[in-house]
Amino acid sequence: MEKVLQFFVFIPFIGYIASLFIPEKKEKIISGIAIAVVGIHFSALLIFVGFWLMGSAPVLNIKHLTLYSEDKIEIFINFYFDKLTVVFALVGSSITFLVAVYSRFYLHRDSGFKRFFNTLLLFYFAYTLIIFSGNFETLFVGWEFLGITSFLLIVFYRDRYLPVKNGLKTISLYRLGDVCLILALWMSHHLWHENITFLKLNDFQLVASHIEEHNYSTTFIVVMLIIAAAIKSAQIPFSSWLPRAMEGPTTSSAIFYGSLSVHLGVFLLLRTYPYWQTLTSIKALVISIGVVTAITASLIARVQSSVKTQIAYGSISQIGIMFIEVALGWHELVLVHFAGNAFLRTYQLLVSPSMLGYLIHDQFYNYMPKKYGANNSFIRKLSNTFYLWSIKEWNLDDLQFRFLWMPIKKTGKLFAIINKEVLSIALFMFFLFGLFGFLNGNSIPKQLDDILHLLFGFTGMILILNAFAERKNAIMAWLSIVFSQCYIILSIALHNDNYQFREISIYISGLLVSGIVGYLCLKKLKKLEKNIDLNGFSGHIYEHPRIAFLFLLSCLGFVGLPFTPSFIGIDLMFSHIHRNEYLLIIFSSVSFLFIEIAALRIYARLFLGPHKKTYHPIAYRSS
Amino acid sequence: MNNAITLKKDILKMENQIDASLKHSPSNFSFDEARVLHELKHYLPSQTPLKDFIHHNSLHAFQTMKFYDAIFKASKIFGFQATMELHDFRKLFEVGRIRAEILDRVIIDKKGKENLITWKNKVLSKNYDENVSSRVGLLRGNWKRRYQVDLDNMVQPFLFRVLCSYLDQGIAIWEFPIGEKSFMNSIKELEQTSFTSFFKTARAKKLLFQQNLSISDLLKILIGDEAYYEQYLFDQQFSHRGWSGLVAAVETNPETLLSPKKISLNDLIVFELLLEIDNLDYALDKKWKPLCESINEAPVDLFAKVDNTELHEVFKIWQDAFEWSYYDEVLAGVKQLSLSKQKNDSHVLSSEEDLGRAKNFQALFCIDERECSLRRHIESMDSSCETFGTPGFFSVEFYFQAHNAKFYDKLCPAPVTPKYLIKEFDVTEKRKHDLFYTNKSHSFHTGFISSFILGFWAAIRLVQNLFKPQMAPAISNAFSHMNSKGKLTIENTNTSDRENNLQIGFTVDEMAARVASLLNGIALTKNFAPVVYVIAHGSSSANNPHHGAHDCGACSGRPGSVNARVFAAMANNVKVREQLKQQGIKIPNETQFIGGLHDTAADEIEFYDLDDLNIINVQKHKENAVAFENALDLNAKERSRRFASINTKRHIKKIRQSIKERSVSLFEPRPELGHGTNTLCIVGKRDLTKGLFLDRRAFLNSYDYKTDPEGVFLTGIMKPLGPVCGGINLEYYFSRVDNYKLGAGTKLPHNVMGLFGVANSSDGDLRPGLPWQMIEVHDPVRLLIIVEHFPDVVLKTVQSTPEMYEWFINEWVHLAAVNPETSEIFYFVKGAFVPYQPLANQIHFFKDVHALLEDAKGMETNHIAHATQENLPIYFYN
Repeated sequence: MEKVLQFFVFIPFIGYIASLFIPEKKEKIISGIAIAVVGIHFSALLIFVGFWLMGSAPVLNIKHLTLYSEDKIEIFINFYFDKLTVVFALVGSSITFLVAVYSRFYLHRDSGFKRFFNTLLLFYFAYTLIIFSGNFETLFVGWEFLGITSFLLIVFYRDRYLPVKNGLKTISLYRLGDVCLILALWMSHHLWHENITFLKLNDFQLVASHIEEHNYSTTFIVVMLIIAAAIKSAQIPFSSWLPRAMEGPTTSSAIFYGSLSVHLGVFLLLRTYPYWQTLTSIKALVISIGVVTAITASLIARVQSSVKTQIAYGSISQIGIMFIEVALGWHELVLVHFAGNAFLRTYQLLVSPSMLGYLIHDQFYNYMPKKYGANNSFIRKLSNTFYLWSIKEWNLDDLQFRFLWMPIKKTGKLFAIINKEVLSIALFMFFLFGLFGFLNGNSIPKQLDDILHLLFGFTGMILILNAFAERKNAIMAWLSIVFSQCYIILSIALHNDNYQFREISIYISGLLVSGIVGYLCLKKLKKLEKNIDLNGFSGHIYEHPRIAFLFLLSCLGFVGLPFTPSFIGIDLMFSHIHRNEYLLIIFSSVSFLFIEIAALRIYARLFLGPHKKTYHPIAYRSS
Repeated sequence: MNNAITLKKDILKMENQIDASLKHSPSNFSFDEARVLHELKHYLPSQTPLKDFIHHNSLHAFQTMKFYDAIFKASKIFGFQATMELHDFRKLFEVGRIRAEILDRVIIDKKGKENLITWKNKVLSKNYDENVSSRVGLLRGNWKRRYQVDLDNMVQPFLFRVLCSYLDQGIAIWEFPIGEKSFMNSIKELEQTSFTSFFKTARAKKLLFQQNLSISDLLKILIGDEAYYEQYLFDQQFSHRGWSGLVAAVETNPETLLSPKKISLNDLIVFELLLEIDNLDYALDKKWKPLCESINEAPVDLFAKVDNTELHEVFKIWQDAFEWSYYDEVLAGVKQLSLSKQKNDSHVLSSEEDLGRAKNFQALFCIDERECSLRRHIESMDSSCETFGTPGFFSVEFYFQAHNAKFYDKLCPAPVTPKYLIKEFDVTEKRKHDLFYTNKSHSFHTGFISSFILGFWAAIRLVQNLFKPQMAPAISNAFSHMNSKGKLTIENTNTSDRENNLQIGFTVDEMAARVASLLNGIALTKNFAPVVYVIAHGSSSANNPHHGAHDCGACSGRPGSVNARVFAAMANNVKVREQLKQQGIKIPNETQFIGGLHDTAADEIEFYDLDDLNIINVQKHKENAVAFENALDLNAKERSRRFASINTKRHIKKIRQSIKERSVSLFEPRPELGHGTNTLCIVGKRDLTKGLFLDRRAFLNSYDYKTDPEGVFLTGIMKPLGPVCGGINLEYYFSRVDNYKLGAGTKLPHNVMGLFGVANSSDGDLRPGLPWQMIEVHDPVRLLIIVEHFPDVVLKTVQSTPEMYEWFINEWVHLAAVNPETSEIFYFVKGAFVPYQPLANQIHFFKDVHALLEDAKGMETNHIAHATQENLPIYFYN
């Protein structure tokens, strides 16, 4: 029976690949594939669940595919199936099916018809992968794909400014969640000395003894998981991205931000619950996130005067309650709550345009002029204060910008003043020196080695931050990213004698291809457009969709989209950082966080947004 | 109307002032706050809240100029596209949609025969720099260049949210705490009565409470030099023209919001300037100076003359050629048809009396071009019927109060202010509710319960709506505008019977005057059939914030059912008929009028007050209803050819069913195509175009030149054609040529804001104009009005009022006259009628409408070169 599991993951993937090859104008075939794939998936799932229930609902687990194996390290894809999977899979496939049918008509003749269905299938694959995953690695693969599809759907109307801006904002936060996951992954590698499966996490004895032994490390892992979950589910303080992510067609907002994607944080908590069920402090943390979110988000929802944002905050508030339920161990309730909330918000978003007609009509018959009382009482003042705070969304967006992104941007800018040529040469020499050190590992004293590898890690990080802050030269920014990766590898390699040539070559091979392709794309664009600075958005995709597509692929390859060699490389890289190398892990995770943001920023600034050339209709910036 | 004239005079004066001011040096330029505010309001989009969707010329502010001068000037100032792109025109030429002989003629007309080759080369193959730059926005961009701050990003999201919350009509559960005061006073009071602030820094907060704070005071801080103030305000307000436009529209017409709000553009600007100061203080830590101290550029005169370029000339040639490629065919068709009818008439001499007697029924429709096909089909179903076209409010102007409604609906053209009220009573049916639209589900605990209870029900509802769509309370239903079983207060017997300064119902005299005016206008004064239908129209659609745009324009964007019913009742009134008889309109006793409503999306008709019919007419109506039913089938089939999801070759009843389902499907962004493709307006006898297939592109207004040799009625008919039909046509034109800036963009990501507008995303500007889904079938060509009368009478008529003449002399609509005696065509150009010789001579004939519709080509993509090919050519039919 376990063997069937893999098909559930592969059906959507095959559908996705198939849908890539249909010409754009064949709307019926494109949407037909999506509907058929999800429909078949749904039916197969129902049959499977039937059999599964008859067989007394056992927990299923299968090791599907080993991606990499070397004495101590093994990276594999693992699938898992239990009650939780059933509920999320059934709700997910039924909503996706309904939304696919809906979109077939809704998106008719939209210029992004094909893009939409491609992305929908990719999203569905990612979603399935997450809920069928049997270990953190598998879950992480799905998590990454989901982030990318989110980005692609938010920037769906890529010729306008706001979708692109909000797409970048969302993907930045998502990436922060990814980093948290990878840190959790990293720590648990060191903790368990293996790739822990969710099946093993259910082993109460094993987990309990482990927690006792490694209390701090466990706490670290769990906190990372909770942050990842809170980001995905738009909990406080990360909420403000959700209403702003509703930039795509209503159907994509409904499926992503109304229902499926936002509930994945809850899924992650449920999945890892055995790991932290005995940790009271962690439970308290989850409950407090839930309580604060439920209250604050529902206050914000109450003052919203636009339909979609109101639904978004309404949903966030319910997910806050789900967080509490998870922590309290009421898991059956959570599952029902999740399903109900997902269906309700999907429907509410889909019918949100009707709001205007219905409520105006309603008001026509039932309008009562509001009575406004005196305004001086303390209670009134307090209430007004809460109102204003809620209108400002409790300044969450501003705080995020000021305390999370701004300092980093400033750090990056610090290095922007140095002369680029001098810097490049110096960096190159430095790199050669490091490479020499690595190749002649024994000839360098240990102490120097220690300092050097940190220095390399630091340089790598700074290079990425520099790319992130770069405004003038896109090619420079890209090369910065490419180089930073070399530094990071070198840094880890220098220090780690176990780091083999083979591992490095896997990583480098992925990077090299993407790096070169990306570079060529930029060169080509530069030749065609002369000026390719990163001041504002240029929208070159209007004239150069192919270059844009290639460049996007190289960005994704470069930042380690799963199934590219660089993904395995990153995974390996992290597993080579020792538990006590705090500085190195900080450098690496900051680099890992910003590499995607910096690369997608280049992509977005060059190719997306309102087109620089104005010989055709261009959107206003404010629209 | 007088207001309109004075307004225009003001503007003319203003433009002169601006021209004069050019001669002054900038520093002498003094800033006149009131004038600039007035001007801003004039140029901002004037779309009111979406519930009242009234089509209008998107560039109404430029209407005092010639069309081409206006669009190129507006484009230069505001940076949008004024025509299609050059390569699109060239593509249209390649595919034959722009005819070569027409292009040649246009070039010869404009440039002379000797320059034909030169200009043809330019038009067809020369490369031009087509980039459009805008004058608006230049000055304000300096904040970013000088200080690296993005004011738009810092100010707009918060500004929009506060505006939306204040103006909100019922989305928020927790309303703006102080809503009864003016916007600025509410802000002040809220600022005083809370422990937090709208602002982040002290200065702005202090300024807010400064006595008599004016825009100039704030601009002094921000800008410094008065010479730049006007430019800055234009830059600022046009960076979010949607919100500013709404505020200006609400300021002018506060009654368009059900929940009243006192807001003015002045308040908006003051608040925005305060936010700008606040954010600059915050971001730059007060280390900034007034903007004009750090710039070298002189202030730009936004409205300075725009030079005519060669590219403009090329665009003019293309646009004219595109328009005339179609008009020419139409005029050729009209001429040939009319000539052949004259020939036939001389053979069959039948007295008009006989013709009249033979009429089975007569039907009055709105002039709306969507009724053009239905009329054709009804005529084909019953050859002894007669149809008429007249603006769909049927000459009865009033406010309507539905049973239990707290508000009135205006049911007449937008510029008219009625003095009458029609009230509905005796309605027993209860209005249905829908729990899914309650905002309770967003709160903490009710949301919790909703998730469990409504959640699973939602899934079922969604399945139901996907696979078996049907009418539901949340769908805007044209038939629910008025309850067909309710009663109306139509007749007024006591003129002191008033409510809110409106007279309830019409007196007999008033009724008779209105009925006479309508019947005279369409020349239906004798030969009445036993049953005369008065068919209004409306449109049902689901999930469509723009539903008002599909309803009747002559009823202020609402279904015209009440008007049809009221008119029928008036015409049936014995006392009214008595009066009419004295005026020479003899309506036989056995003739009865029946009101009805055609749902243009669902293709359904509902008839009213059938119980009042006499026995003979009951039988007649039964027969006629079958004809209507069959005509609706055909109409549905004709419409279906433009809908990719319906196969036009299917069984006709199946098509009809699909059309009906479309109007109640949540997932259908095109329940109908509205006024898309409208191009023509024909004022004349039905005979003028009966037999000419116009593909639902023509407004049809019935009129008989014989009954009106002096053009008295004609003036009344022509007056609204500019604002109503021309307004519709131009709104479609501009939304089509620049759907991003002048249209609302695609509907799919729209987010309903405060129940008065739509925006993209949560922080976006409001999007006035028409969404992409409404205009994708539309050819951006101006309206051609064809009048059947002697050219000198038509000329005299259009010249009778300046505001009517402006439409024609400034070329916002084209005008042609058909000499009823000779069938010669005249075209109005530069103030005079000149004879027009159509170039097209081959007009085809179709026998089988089914074959025509089934074989018609569907568009490959919605790019204009493909989309336009969906339009069928002019045909003759029997």
